[in-house]
Amino acid sequence: MFQATKRDVRNKNVEFLWRLLFLTMTVLLVLPVLIILATLIVKGGPAISLGFLFLEPTNGMTEGGIFPALVGTLWLVAVALLISVPLGVAAALYLSEYAPDNWLTRVINLAIINLAGVPSIVHALFGVGAFVLFFGFGTSILAASLTLAVMTLPVVIVTTRESLLAVPRAFREACWSMGATRWQTIRRVVLPNAVSGILTGVILEVSRTAGETAPIMLTGAVFFLPFLPQGIFDQTMALSLHLFVISTQVPNVPEHLPYGVALVLIAMVLMLNAASIGFRVYLRGRKKW
Amino acid sequence: MVGAAQPRVAMEANPAKLEVRGLSVFYGKTAALREVNLRIRENEIFGIIGPSNAGKTSFLKAINRMDDFTAGMKVEGQVLFDGKDVRQWRNVYALRRRIGVVFPLPVGLPLSIYENVAFAPKLSGIKRKSELDGIVEWCLARAALWDEVKDRLHSLGSLLSGGQQQRLTIARALSQDPEVLMLDEFSIAVDPVTTMRIEDVLKELRREMTIILVTNLVQQARRLADRTAFFLDGSCVEVGETKDLFSGNARSTRTADFISGRFG
Repeated sequence: MFQATKRDVRNKNVEFLWRLLFLTMTVLLVLPVLIILATLIVKGGPAISLGFLFLEPTNGMTEGGIFPALVGTLWLVAVALLISVPLGVAAALYLSEYAPDNWLTRVINLAIINLAGVPSIVHALFGVGAFVLFFGFGTSILAASLTLAVMTLPVVIVTTRESLLAVPRAFREACWSMGATRWQTIRRVVLPNAVSGILTGVILEVSRTAGETAPIMLTGAVFFLPFLPQGIFDQTMALSLHLFVISTQVPNVPEHLPYGVALVLIAMVLMLNAASIGFRVYLRGRKKW
Repeated sequence: MVGAAQPRVAMEANPAKLEVRGLSVFYGKTAALREVNLRIRENEIFGIIGPSNAGKTSFLKAINRMDDFTAGMKVEGQVLFDGKDVRQWRNVYALRRRIGVVFPLPVGLPLSIYENVAFAPKLSGIKRKSELDGIVEWCLARAALWDEVKDRLHSLGSLLSGGQQQRLTIARALSQDPEVLMLDEFSIAVDPVTTMRIEDVLKELRREMTIILVTNLVQQARRLADRTAFFLDGSCVEVGETKDLFSGNARSTRTADFISGRFG
């Protein structure tokens, strides 16, 4: 006959408690997200209309739409991605596929980690000094996007490196033993199998880039512009800054406006994320091992 | 079937394809291989037996200069390929193209069967489809795999069974048109029937290339190898005609003990 000892019973109870604890924590984590989304939808939902999305703000920003800010944020994210993804992926490839393990590589790795820890307002000041003044880009989309790119580079580098490391070394050795150069190996075997991981980094970057306020308000985003940016040397409005401005700087803004802006910002990020996740799922379906 | 024990007088005249002089391999400060000297003749099957950690794999890695791409691996001594030190080859990729490698666990690249075999030819610049098709069929046929996969060349190589995958890697190694084929314990993950099929393939291939057969099966060396080396703890204990070693004429008692299964 099986007889559970006291110890068995206790183990089982303790197991149950731990499980309950972890579950509670997980639920508690999801809760704020749900509350935020619900509040935004309830309070900001009424603000959303075609006019809100596609018209410019009027009457001292207490009426009208957010079109210039929406377009501006798209510009900033797109230019920042164009800069940081190639740069970050190239750096990660060098670090994980080529670089010897010496003091220089270790210093570089340390620098990348530290770069991730720099507060965004410090990045903003750096952007002003480097891109706005030194390179003479002025306050412009280019300067703001460069600042955002520098800020998000560590994320891209680290996630890319992780996904490169996840490709088994045996694949590389098999390629090398056939006389493939490192680049041929990367191009034909390593990168195709790391793409979905790299995309994860890009997703994280998009979210962060779209939402940042401090780095762009000193380098290229402005309070109010009645027209759309025509190129990367123009200034622009941005959703995040617009949200900050109408919630704190402008008097007599109807309550639903800031909530509407926040809702649009979050919806935009979620849509971009959904697109990348969809692409990742597609790629993973073709994963070959 | 011609047994390896049959005397091959002409063999003696074959020139050395590879000559290894004072070869040592270090990982960091640990020596994996110490002062190995031996010659591998053209068109012979050269068997290497020995327990694990004997330095057999390190020996193979030193020959195709994998240490260039392996952090912490250092090689001393000389490996002469056709009389020329492999360190003198300016282009390590050209050297590696001439040396095919088969790993212990089959490494199917995450590509289709076709692309696995067409990989090396494509690297060397062959683009025409008809030419690639020909190479793929020829190599798969040589590796005794063509009949099993000819109808699904474009499905994944990794979906094949273990034994099929190992034959796929042999086909892939052959696609380099190598002068030397190095097999590192190829039968570890392969069933006995497939092992015998691959052994038959190797007997055929001997006519065209030099084969280095590192094997975990002592009897496999006996069946295939013209000459056999016994490695132990990073040293080459003995090199001799396989028939001599297996007929009780090993010079070292450790070799004799290993062959007769008293250790290892």
